[in-house]
Amino acid sequence: MALYSEKVMEHFRNPRNVGVIENADGVGEVGNAKCGDIMKIYLKIEKDIIADVKFETFGCGSAIASSSMATELIKGKPLSEALALTNKAVAEALDGLPAHKLHCSVLAEEAIKRAIQDYYEKNGIVYDKKQFPDCENCEHCSK
Amino acid sequence: MKEIYLDNAATTRTSAAAIKAALPYMDSLYGNPSSLHSAGQRAAEALAEARGRIAGRLGCEAREIFFTSGGSEADNQAILSAAAMGARKGKRHIVSTAFEHHAVLHTLEKLRKDGFDITLLPVSERGLVTAKQVEDAIRSDTCLVSVMYANNEIGTVQPIAEIGGVCRDKGVIFHTDGVQAVGHLPIDVKKENIDMLSLSAHKFHGPKGVGALYVRKGIPLATLIEGGAQERGKRAGTENVPAIVGMAAALDEACENMRRATPKLIKLRDRLIDGLSAIPHSVLNGDRDKRLPANVSFCFEGIEGESLLLLLDDKGICASSGSACTSGSLDPSHVLLAIGRVHDIAHGSLRLTLSDENTEEEMEYTIEAVKEVVAYLRGMSPVWRDTTSGKKEFIIK
Ligand SMILES: Cc1ncc(COP(=O)(O)O)c(C=O)c1O
Ligand SMILES: [Zn+2]
Repeated sequence: MALYSEKVMEHFRNPRNVGVIENADGVGEVGNAKCGDIMKIYLKIEKDIIADVKFETFGCGSAIASSSMATELIKGKPLSEALALTNKAVAEALDGLPAHKLHCSVLAEEAIKRAIQDYYEKNGIVYDKKQFPDCENCEHCSK
Repeated sequence: MKEIYLDNAATTRTSAAAIKAALPYMDSLYGNPSSLHSAGQRAAEALAEARGRIAGRLGCEAREIFFTSGGSEADNQAILSAAAMGARKGKRHIVSTAFEHHAVLHTLEKLRKDGFDITLLPVSERGLVTAKQVEDAIRSDTCLVSVMYANNEIGTVQPIAEIGGVCRDKGVIFHTDGVQAVGHLPIDVKKENIDMLSLSAHKFHGPKGVGALYVRKGIPLATLIEGGAQERGKRAGTENVPAIVGMAAALDEACENMRRATPKLIKLRDRLIDGLSAIPHSVLNGDRDKRLPANVSFCFEGIEGESLLLLLDDKGICASSGSACTSGSLDPSHVLLAIGRVHDIAHGSLRLTLSDENTEEEMEYTIEAVKEVVAYLRGMSPVWRDTTSGKKEFIIK
């Protein structure tokens, strides 16, 4: 199908980092079944570095490929870099996504941020709330 | 890898007979039917013959058939014509159903903005409406009832003759979108009291971009495309003669094959339904028996339809889904929502629609492929994990 780039299809067919991390340091879940895509990110964090990352996704080809690419992009990186990851960077790394599929890559960015926020919360680390999506009020998370 | 085409509700292969019939009208018989000379008149004769043959297959007269560019145009013209006539008599109420094709729903939406009152009947969980529902909805100012013959997504076949009887008794015009039914089910517009019926050639192995509207004589048609005097002034534009001739040939073939093909298709369909029902937490969409011989529609819990389609495509299977991500909107199919499937489930839908070309081996291969892909996608689905771990309840038991 020519809907997606070769890169998207490659990540969709062979997604990296699928799975769960037991006792993860941070977990982030965004999206809801109503809008059709749900992403869950698990992080293992050591000394402010993302030592390991896994994901589970319910969603379309774009959602699965974005999850795969996003996890690849943050693996082994400092939290500051992971926090700076944008959906645009994910989409670009995938050689682009169709316009109506961009929202699926937004979910990847948001799931990562949410997982890092979860890590901060769990460990009582002080952080700037403005860095994070307002999950209580955004359309993706209003469950 | 051999391709297994299971998307015949989207479109079909143009049959060899249809191509053979159409070709001369692009080649040596290229005349314009409106021309007076012999070349034109030969095309005019072909057009008349095609019209007569299509009318014969539907049980109406040739002059009750108007050629269109397909099902959408026929639906638009039928509804707008009845609405215009109704408005002249001060009747501005239309009865239809919640799971019509968008060609009908969007036309009705336009009329609603123009001040019409539109009643969309709910459909049952099995995907059926009843004649009683229609009867109860008809008012003194109702100018049209439009109920599709068979649904394009879940394949359910409506009690058209009964609804036709109710409308005739009440003196209300009855239109049916027959796009998925013509060439697949025996139809007799007179016996079934149908006043208007839309059909589209590419759904029964004819060419794309051509269809027809049957309109019972006496019902005035509104002209949507102004210009020349083609189609008795009701639809301007030089007729697509090759496509129309191809459509007539395809319909003849479909109707002649129906007696033989139907039991074969039902057997393949039922094998698929039984095979896919074995997948845990799956559900068939639409009534098991009152459905098109070639339609299979399922929802699978915990997965999303587009990724299912992409992975089936990798296995050579062409299928379709009503998920939001395949439609380009945030909402899944209005048909699945209309039969009460919640969003979560409607996203995980799969439609397989067969043709006479499919085989038993293909059904077995498809069942295994769907099982494999569904299990794989569930394996990476956080929704599936939540339900299997008991954190959330299954929606499909
Ligand atoms: C029930 C129904 N009505 C109308 C249409 C539109 O037909 P066409 O593609 O010929 O415009 C379709 C086909 O998609 C259909 O399935
Ligand atoms: Zn998506």
